[in-house]
Amino acid sequence: MTRVSFDVNGEPHQLELDTRTTLLDALREHLHLTGTKKGCDHGQCGACTVIVDGRRINSCLTLAVMHQGNEITTIEGLGSPEQLHPMQAAFVKHDGYQCGYCTPGQICSAVAVLDEIRAGIPSHVTADLIAPVRLSNAELRERMSGNICRCGAYSNIAEAIGEVAGRSA
Amino acid sequence: MRTFSYERAASPDAAAAAAGQATNAKFIAGGTNLLDLMKLEIETPAHLIDVNGLALDRIDATADGGLRIGALVRNTDLAADGRVRRDYAVLSRALLAGASGQLRNKATTAGNLLQRTRCPYFYDTNLPCNKRKPGSGCAAIGGFSRQHAVIGASEACIATHPSDMAVAMRALDAVIETVRPDGATRTIPIAELHRLPGDHPEVETTLAPGELITAVVLPKPVGGAQAYRKVRDRASYAFALVSVAAIVQPDGSGRVALGGVAHKPWRVEAAEAELPRGAKAVTARLLADARPTRDNAFKLPLAERTLSAVLREARA
Ligand SMILES: Cc1cc2nc3c(=O)[nH]c(=O)nc-3n(C[C@H](O)[C@H](O)[C@H](O)COP(=O)(O)OP(=O)(O)OC[C@H]3O[C@@H](n4cnc5c(N)ncnc54)[C@H](O)[C@@H]3O)c2cc1C
Ligand code: SF4
Ligand code: FES
Ligand code: FES
Repeated sequence: MTRVSFDVNGEPHQLELDTRTTLLDALREHLHLTGTKKGCDHGQCGACTVIVDGRRINSCLTLAVMHQGNEITTIEGLGSPEQLHPMQAAFVKHDGYQCGYCTPGQICSAVAVLDEIRAGIPSHVTADLIAPVRLSNAELRERMSGNICRCGAYSNIAEAIGEVAGRSA
Repeated sequence: MRTFSYERAASPDAAAAAAGQATNAKFIAGGTNLLDLMKLEIETPAHLIDVNGLALDRIDATADGGLRIGALVRNTDLAADGRVRRDYAVLSRALLAGASGQLRNKATTAGNLLQRTRCPYFYDTNLPCNKRKPGSGCAAIGGFSRQHAVIGASEACIATHPSDMAVAMRALDAVIETVRPDGATRTIPIAELHRLPGDHPEVETTLAPGELITAVVLPKPVGGAQAYRKVRDRASYAFALVSVAAIVQPDGSGRVALGGVAHKPWRVEAAEAELPRGAKAVTARLLADARPTRDNAFKLPLAERTLSAVLREARA
């Protein structure tokens, strides 16, 4: 067992965990924050996406004990049912899901994607590596490729993100 | 997953020394390959040495105009670095063609180089695999070998190295810096880092036990038109079937390295003399000793066509 402390959605937590516990299992099984989902448990689907110190990662492929002192944001921390995050509201408006299983990961990823574009991080489809990155549908789609939706709600997901991106651009 | 003890290393020397002392220890960086394999009990370290706190996350200019990339620099940060985008575009392009945004945020320079093969039989613990279990045989030979190597393979293993980044680094003549458990440091040209499988596919690199990668050094920029083209089964978030890293100079000379075809990034310097004569001449030389299987013979014409497209783009 190893002790680790980190903040989740602004609240400090101290846990004593088996070293094998992934960040995903610590969130779901120990902190009972079940919004973050386990799809593949192998980095292949994006359902477990959370934001750690401002960056999106797959919480299934990292150990909880490796996050000493980090600030973690999960879907529960982005907004609440009474006060939705604009990205959550856009997913509702555009029907960006069917079963909803991939949705928390999609939304955490999408929020981070817009930050990455603002920070000027290029992507595979960025034509010019030197010029500032320009927002486009192709950019959003490429950057969201790490989030698989088994229901195939992609077009509505893309519309939801596009709307928020348009507003914040 | 098997149980393991865990420590956070305080310095590169201490990390290497700890790896030398503990039995069956492994470094963990981004964890995106190691943990995946530990869950399947393909990797079963008894001790993990977390190297994330080692302050090896900087990219510094070197005295001769190149760049020293710390072993812990994340793939996202390396691809986004202004100097890399301007002077080593083939590296940015290769990184951005790999994995997903989430994975690149975690994946590190050293971890990416040392990631293990994606051979499906290596992952399937019910089947024989000389890499996973030396001496057990190779299920890919005579099995479904569409993704496998067409050159440099052996009777023991026909796996490929899956990294995109390493292919670009091979074209750029990168040099690996390391420290060993006894504190000795050395440099390894990237051409000599990865091994061909031979009789020991389980030994993938020339690193000694407990040897820690501290940095990857890029020589001063070589200019030219730089491109990385990756062919895969879907447009994003998939490993390469074939990839080409190329640097083409205005006078028609240049460098070419291939991914997806061998147990290491594949480059034959002598083949580059053929560049002025076009893609067919280069790949004929580069893949002269190829021995594809029935399932992956398509990689030979695919490599030629991919290079052809890259050359056309570079000369446009
Ligand atoms: C779904 C999925 C898709 C992917 N797609 C691609 C792709 O298209 N292209 C591609 O190139 N890659 C792809 N990857 C692989 C990804 O790039 C690697 O997992 C990642 O680069 C490994 O880096 P890491 O820091 O997480 O390594 P870790 O998992 O931490 O470590 C990997 C290995 O390196 C060793 N190691 C780490 N740091 C050091 C060091 N400093 N010195 C010595 N040894 C060290 C570890 O002991 C371990 O053996 C994909 C991965 C996944 C899960
Ligand atoms: S090709 Fe190599 S990795 Fe794949 S099954 Fe054969 S020995 Fe194992
Ligand atoms: S559960 Fe983490 S990527 Fe699928
Ligand atoms: S909404 Fe069902 S998996 Fe995406």
